[in-house]
Amino acid sequence: MRKVFDFHGGIHPLENKHQSVSLPIADAGVPDELVLPLSQHIGAAAKPVVAVGERVLKGQMIAEANGFVSVPVHASSSGTVVAIEERPIAHPSGHRAPCIVIATDGRDEWVAHRGAEDYQALDKAGLLERIRNAGIAGMGGAGFPAAVKLSIRPDSQVQTLIINGTECEPYITADDMLMRERADRVIQGTLILRHLIEPAETLIGVEDNKPEALAALRAAAVDTAVEIVEFPTKYPSGGEKQLIEILTGKQVPSGGLPLDVGVICQNVGSAAAIFDAIVRGRPLISRITTVTGAGVQQAQNFEVLLGTPMNYLLARAGYQPDARQRVIMGGPMMGITVPDTRVPIVKTSNCLLAPSEAELPLPDPAQACIRCGMCAEACPVSLLPQQMFWFAQGKEFEKLEQHNLFDCIECGACSWVCPSSIPLVQYYRASKAEIIHLRQENEKAEHSRIRFEARQQRLAREEADKEARRAARKQAAEDRAQAAAAGGEAVEDPIQAAIERARTRKAAQQLGATSQVNEQEKLEKTVATTRQRLGTANAKLEQAVADNSDLVAALQTGVDKTRAKLEAAERALQDYLQARQPATSAAEPAPDAAQAAIARAMAARAQQADLDPQDKARKQLISLQQRLEKTRSKLAECREQEEQEKVIEALESTVSRLDEKVREAQQQLDSMETS
Amino acid sequence: MVEFISQFPLLAALLALVGLAAVFGALLGFAAVRFKTEGNPIADQINDLLPQTQCGQCGYPGCRPYAEAIADGEAINKCPPGGEAGIQALADLLDVEPIPLDEEHGEENVRSVAFIREAECIGCTKCVVACPVDAILGAAKQMHTVIVSECTGCDLCLEPCPVDCIDMIPEQESLQNWHWKLPDPVSRELDIIATDAHAAATDRDVEAA
Repeated sequence: MRKVFDFHGGIHPLENKHQSVSLPIADAGVPDELVLPLSQHIGAAAKPVVAVGERVLKGQMIAEANGFVSVPVHASSSGTVVAIEERPIAHPSGHRAPCIVIATDGRDEWVAHRGAEDYQALDKAGLLERIRNAGIAGMGGAGFPAAVKLSIRPDSQVQTLIINGTECEPYITADDMLMRERADRVIQGTLILRHLIEPAETLIGVEDNKPEALAALRAAAVDTAVEIVEFPTKYPSGGEKQLIEILTGKQVPSGGLPLDVGVICQNVGSAAAIFDAIVRGRPLISRITTVTGAGVQQAQNFEVLLGTPMNYLLARAGYQPDARQRVIMGGPMMGITVPDTRVPIVKTSNCLLAPSEAELPLPDPAQACIRCGMCAEACPVSLLPQQMFWFAQGKEFEKLEQHNLFDCIECGACSWVCPSSIPLVQYYRASKAEIIHLRQENEKAEHSRIRFEARQQRLAREEADKEARRAARKQAAEDRAQAAAAGGEAVEDPIQAAIERARTRKAAQQLGATSQVNEQEKLEKTVATTRQRLGTANAKLEQAVADNSDLVAALQTGVDKTRAKLEAAERALQDYLQARQPATSAAEPAPDAAQAAIARAMAARAQQADLDPQDKARKQLISLQQRLEKTRSKLAECREQEEQEKVIEALESTVSRLDEKVREAQQQLDSMETS
Repeated sequence: MVEFISQFPLLAALLALVGLAAVFGALLGFAAVRFKTEGNPIADQINDLLPQTQCGQCGYPGCRPYAEAIADGEAINKCPPGGEAGIQALADLLDVEPIPLDEEHGEENVRSVAFIREAECIGCTKCVVACPVDAILGAAKQMHTVIVSECTGCDLCLEPCPVDCIDMIPEQESLQNWHWKLPDPVSRELDIIATDAHAAATDRDVEAA
């Protein structure tokens, strides 16, 4: 006899298990419609791989795992996919979730499948792959993907493999019936797990209120390395960490995993499902669910296809609802009230409880905490529930974390013993959620801060670059001025000085002239580009009108705006030219002190005057020709690359316009030359 | 040495003290230079508590400047995105009384995310420039779009948009962000005496009628 340990606290609620064990497991049959949620497990939701209208066979994968912590979903029976949409699911929020809906054809036709004759011949990666592909998620209630739990690093030593057959919550007998009727499958599954992770010892823990299950398991485990351990009944000994303490005496550290103390846990249901997956080649498409409570005529366990609507299953057990009938998925301690009985059975639905008002009365109104300390005595994790209750009320999250709120397993033992019937677990759940929410917010804020600061730095860098370029230009100008001044400093001759003055003045004038020229060029450019844009906008508008597109109005306003801009630009250019004319003429009688200066100034003027209209026209023509050439080459390039038609059209119109301009300029030039 | 001390005890004590003062002064002076803190550490702590929406509703160009202003004595109730919880956290940090949110700077709203109606976007890049966290993607004359996961909901992009094609969409409760709520203490109190609950209900019925 193996020594078993005890854990702190725990309670002994009425078991109420006898109602549902009098009949063997019944087959629930195939409902008309199966609703398979994409997320029946912890982790990322699966990705659908079938389309609406597609015919699927029983056991066919209809949604694939989306990432490492995810499992696929399989069709539970043959039929046609009629919808992939949001449907109500068993979730305390009452929100809908994406589901694949299959209208069954009643033929229950299997997809071709084959198990491994000798799983010992398979390598571990292959075994894990099969477990993952079979869609097995922890069937005790949490739904953690089994393959993830079993993917351990090769160097980590697993001392103990524990198979959890505790089923400590009142009313639920699904695992009990599974162990009674299918003990061999459980043991075979356990041996597969044993082969996979090679633990030093393998234990199956069962409470002493299931003597039939114990006997069946012991009979099936003869001559294997699997040890069946019986221990006293207490709630919540089925909790993973509690069971580890009972069987090994080791406590999983706060915030740690069972692997930290060399233990891996799996549920008996998962072990049987792994057997089905490996040896029979069947994915997880059905489970055993207890239907019990005073609301059903005959409480019983059913082998039910995943996705079966709960009302179908309840009807099978002779469901007679009261006026205020509640239906609970899971047990009375940790289960959730389902908002709608049309929600489907999923991988984690171990029990449907339809209690009468007398059987499971609504909780009394909560009263003030009287500091009796019974909750602290009942807590299986040795927390201080009443302290945490105060902190939760005051939203003192830091204190809650210091009091190890996150070690709370939400078993409900504290609420159950509370003489003031305070819904303590509700407070802890809400506080946990709030703390996680705040952490996420903080992370996001931190992320935003980093982005904001990166942006600020970028802007500062751009500004600094600009500033540096400006400074460099200024420096260069100063250097030039200094060099010019250095040339003049050597001579003290007043005549020379006068010449110098004149020269600098002229230089300044020239500088002014060039800047004026620049200004003019800029204005001309603005006019040209605006005109071009107007042309493109017009072309687009015409196109839109032709297509009868709904963008016509927007394009029209765009054209109007561009036209206004063009007019403004042209006005600006004219104004500028007018303003410049007198300025140039005024500059003509340049005051000169020395003759040399006059000569130079005159030379400069002559140079300017040299740019007679003919030359100007010639220059313009050349530049126009160059532009035309460039646009043509661009057009050819675009054609080659098969750009959008719009772009090509725009380029074509530009080419034709430029062509025209070139011709005009040529004519002008010709007329000038002839005259 | 011993002779000097015994001869002039007062002078010796004085010299010893002056010597110690000089040594420690030098040490402290060195430490002050060697271990000088960059920036204002309290401003950093305040900045960590601000929500980093960079919305400017407080009147400062971003969260960091407001944090610095708070460190210099600015009021702590000018941050609507932080809300009451943010004010409480700031009050705890600075050890001052929490004060209600200054309505002048806006009210605490549900978190929202900018959405560009892409058919109407003309590609002017004005919102791209306005976004404090570079959460808008787009180039000139190309349609723009918001990177939802980066958007802080500051609504600074609304104002510069020339065609008003940006909406602020409040975050909807979904299966992903749903969480358990605290039990409502008020309703529990109402239910303590059944007749109380009943009376309240009929009162309401009368009002409704």
